[in-house]
This record gives sequence, C-alpha cells and structure tokens, in this order.
Amino acid sequence: MQSAWLSAFAFLLVSTLVGAGLLGAASVLRVRAKYDSPLKHNTYECGEEPAGMSWMQFHARYYVVALFFVLFDVEAAFFFPWATVLREEGTSAFIAAVTFAAVLMLGWLYAVRKEALEWQ
Amino acid sequence: MNELVHGALYGTLIATAILSTIAMGIWFERKFAGRMQQRLGPTIVGPAGLLQPFADIIKLLQKEDIVPRDADRGLFDLAPILAVVCSLGVAAVIPFSPSIIASDLDVGVLWVLGIGGLMVIPTFAAGWGSNNKFALLGAMRAIAQSVSYGVPLVLAVLVPVVLSGSLSISGIVAWQAQHHWFAVWPIVPGLPAFVIFFLAMLAESNRIPFDIPEAESELVAGITTEYTGAKFTLFYMAEYVHTLVGSALGAALFFGGWDGPFAPGLHWMVLKTLTLFVLIYWVRWSLLRFRADQLMRLCWTWLTPIGVALLLVSAAWVTFGGTN
Repeated sequence: MQSAWLSAFAFLLVSTLVGAGLLGAASVLRVRAKYDSPLKHNTYECGEEPAGMSWMQFHARYYVVALFFVLFDVEAAFFFPWATVLREEGTSAFIAAVTFAAVLMLGWLYAVRKEALEWQ
Repeated sequence: MNELVHGALYGTLIATAILSTIAMGIWFERKFAGRMQQRLGPTIVGPAGLLQPFADIIKLLQKEDIVPRDADRGLFDLAPILAVVCSLGVAAVIPFSPSIIASDLDVGVLWVLGIGGLMVIPTFAAGWGSNNKFALLGAMRAIAQSVSYGVPLVLAVLVPVVLSGSLSISGIVAWQAQHHWFAVWPIVPGLPAFVIFFLAMLAESNRIPFDIPEAESELVAGITTEYTGAKFTLFYMAEYVHTLVGSALGAALFFGGWDGPFAPGLHWMVLKTLTLFVLIYWVRWSLLRFRADQLMRLCWTWLTPIGVALLLVSAAWVTFGGTN
C-alpha cells in the first residue's frame, strides 16, 4: 500500500503537465499583438487610472474565520484516527467522542452567543 | 517504479476522460441552460452546436497573454497551473471501477481533503499576484468561503468513513457494494450527510448559489479579473474539473460508486457521477446567489453543528449494532 503514494504523485505530475502543456500550447498558438500600449498593461479598475496598489490591509473578520477554521480543522484531525478504530474499541471510543464533541460544541455555542460567527 | 508507470498511465487516461467530459459538459450546460430559458443554446458550430467547446478552446488559446505591469509575475503565472493540479489531483484516489483507479491509497479520504484544501493557495496567489483590488477581494472571499465550508465538508465525509471504518475510498465503495449504499441506509446519517456534502462541494467549487467570490455584478470576475487567454482557461477548467471530481466523489462516498446490477462497474460510476453533475447545473440555473453573510450563517450556525450531530449518530450506529 505504501507504493500507492508513488502512483498518487505520478498523477500529480500528470496534472501539472496538463496545466503546463496547455500554457505551452498557447504560447505557440497565440496571436502576437502588432503594437503595444502602456495602457494595456495597467491594472484593471473599471477604466480609471488605478489608485495605488492593492496590497493593503483587509477586514479583520477574515481573521476570525481563519481562527474558527483552525479550531474545527484540528478537531476533524482528531476524528479521523478515531473513525478507523471505532469498530474495535466500541463503547469507550463512542463515549470519548461524545465528550469531545460536547466540549467543542460548548465553544461553538459561546461563539454563537457572542455573535462571533456573524459576518458583519 | 511499476507504481509510477501505473499512476502516470491511469493518470493520463483519467485526466483525458475528465477533460473531454468537461468539454462536452460545457456544451451540455449551455444547451441545458438555453432550454431552461426557452432559447436554443449553441447551434452554429457543428451539428447542434456540438463543436462549440472546441471552438471556444481554440479561441481562448489564441488570445494575447496580458500581464499587468504591477503584478507579481511569478505568482501570477504559477497560480493557474496550481489550480489545475489541485482540482485534478483529487481524482487520483477515486475508483471509477474495481480496477480503474490511479492510486489505491489507504488514506484516500485524507488525500482528497488535503489536495482539495490546497486550492486556497492558487486562489490567494492569483488574487495577491494580480495586484488588483477586485481580484484580491475575490480571493479573500473565496478563501473565507472554502475554508468555512471545508469544516462541514470534512464532517460529512467522516460519516461514510465511520460507517465503513475505512479511510480508503475504494475500501468505502467496496463496503457499500457488500452491504448497502450510505445515502440509502442508514438513512439518518447517510442522506443528510450527503446533502451537507453536496452543499459544501458547491461552495468549494464556487458554484451558484455560492458563487460570491466571483459575483460579477460586484467584483467584475473575482480572481480571474486580470487573467487572459490560456491562463484564464486554466482557471475556468479547474472550476469545472473541481465540480466533476466532486460529483465523482459524492457518487463514490454516498451512492456506492461502481456498485450496481446488470452493467459493468464503470458504467454505473459514470452514470452516478454525471447525474450529480447535471444536478449541479440544474441548481446553478435555477437559484440566485446568496449574500456573503447568509452564506457564512448557513455554514457556521447550521451545517457545522448538524455535521457534528450526524457524525455522532453514525458513531452510535456503528457502536450499538445496526450495521456491521
């Protein structure tokens, strides 16, 4: 089964070749422009001159979403090994998971009451 | 070495099949949408417009490649290729029949979630690399959305994992072939888990009603605003590949994959995948777009707790009898 990783990475290699191959094909097929204009290489801002760079600060709510994602994703990472051994471990594994989920959902309830999950 | 050849061979085969399916899928979608809106859809190129996708691809490849002066060239060029790799790479572990599978990984589910989850990197690279305000906003929204919907997605995928006790997708399908399809029985964690999976998959591939990242009335075209020609094609392709592979995944995890009577496994898998694929189009041309706050509320206050509950129900099912 370990060797299946080799096949999987070969698959990724093929996918990369698909992407790179299409770009390569395009660079051959492409029609070249006869003349160039500096305006053509402007950043698109609905036809206006672009106002400054766009590498700037963004809203803090994205940070909150990232925090929740980390929380719940770590939880999911714990569930995966548990899911595979549940059949052998039986009731004790079930109780452990219920306790774990209860603690997690308590945190979720707190976040809901604090309106931290609202997109505002 | 043998495995490398196997992966490359089946990879080429599966990638070709997927790409030709989406080429015809685009034709089908335009025809389907046309009929839904009482028009004809493409009719000019080829019989019934069948050659339209090829005309589109050739046109797109011939387009000039414009890179904005202020863009980060490296990120800008890398993002479309990565997007294709992250969407196509998921298909590596999906069994299309008992023998047609590129890589029978024993942690196939983790591979799917991992490679699929990496999609946020090309998204952000495109948004940041373009140095365009619409693109950056689109990328931030896309990442917030796919990161949020990643949580119900993981919880929904955990239901078949718990019920079958296997992390390998071919293992899950084989279990269903031996016992029953998870969307049918046990129906309580199975069917709602499939619905959550379906919604999360729509959100992950930025499909209507969850296409906020490229809401064209607000954000021009989201992350693809600055992209032209072949690079735009790659993003467009990645989106369709993502949808098709997601359909295949749904068919494998909840509808027994290649399992079915009278016909070879491959036929069943293709039939199920295409049914889900058409369902996505149907939803796309029927519904309107959600607002960003509605989208987030649906994910965090409804889908996530329901997902946890379903996970516990399926665990109870396994622990206290029901299925073995």
